[in-house]
Amino acid sequence: MHQTFDAALEMNLLHANQHGANENRDRFNQWGITCLNLMSSPGSGKTQLLEKTLQALQNELRIAVIEGDMTTQLDADRLRRLGVPVVAINTGRACHLDSKMVAGGLHQFSHEQQPESFDLVFVENVGNLVCPAEFEVGEHAKVALLSITEGEDKPLKYPIMFREADCLLITKMDLAPHLDVDVETIVSNVRQLNSKAAIIPVSAKSGEGLTKWLAWIKQAVANRTQIA
Amino acid sequence: MHETDMTKALIFTVKDWLAEQSGHPAVKTVHLTVGEFTCVEPAGLQFAFAAQTQGTFLEGVKLVIDETPLVAFCHACQQEYRPDIGMQYACPICQAPMDDIRSGRELKISRVEFSRAEAQAIPQN
Repeated sequence: MHQTFDAALEMNLLHANQHGANENRDRFNQWGITCLNLMSSPGSGKTQLLEKTLQALQNELRIAVIEGDMTTQLDADRLRRLGVPVVAINTGRACHLDSKMVAGGLHQFSHEQQPESFDLVFVENVGNLVCPAEFEVGEHAKVALLSITEGEDKPLKYPIMFREADCLLITKMDLAPHLDVDVETIVSNVRQLNSKAAIIPVSAKSGEGLTKWLAWIKQAVANRTQIA
Repeated sequence: MHETDMTKALIFTVKDWLAEQSGHPAVKTVHLTVGEFTCVEPAGLQFAFAAQTQGTFLEGVKLVIDETPLVAFCHACQQEYRPDIGMQYACPICQAPMDDIRSGRELKISRVEFSRAEAQAIPQN
């Protein structure tokens, strides 16, 4: 004789990832580091913007990068040329970084460097507009990038990424004169989903908007305990 | 392929829960609640669940996925509305941004149906 029972679990499927993300954030806080998670589709210009950002801030902030790439070290090598410590995480077939992978990266970082001497860590997530939005890695703020060549409708089509972002960078603005893309439409599409994010049009090539972006980063570092 | 990761998390969660139960219960059905406004595809979860539970304690267990619709609440209009995913998220009446989501972000194991031998099911005082 068997009886059938029913048990309410109400357990979030992302519970384990969330737990790991909280642990990572605790470590960042102990070290006095602000962590920003950069997310976008492939080819939106994350690495080039990072190069410009690292060059501009290297005299003010001590910065390291955790670089997620599916199989290669190409992006990591580009950033290492700037003299910035880079921990490369090859995600294999996974399409996003999760908190466990980043914990592994932090373990390596803490052995190779003195984490207490750093102010800022950028996590460059795997290029993908869908999955990274659901997997927190321990960041203090999420930065989404959308290049204007991707089109105005992307915030509507990939809403979770744009809703979760604390800062949206509209990249490759130097190409705007050559395209039939309306930046105002991109902004209003994002605003349907996210009334709070800072929206900054930038161009790593021309330098447009970089001052605003750098100011946003410095504010994030200053506010770390508030935005956590 | 985050459905694979989600399924892995599901299996570990059920395994942890089982370890806390007495009398070796046998899981019959796992009920998931998956919101419409998540990055998870229910069909992908079903496929991953069938594949990843093969040869485990969950082999043959039924996975029931309850989908919840995206429902937002407009504070200006004081009413709920159903955003048109992929097209329109702002309030259709006053165009206020979708700030308050009331349903559609769920991603959870809601309940587990299981059986165990009657003798072992009697609580011990």
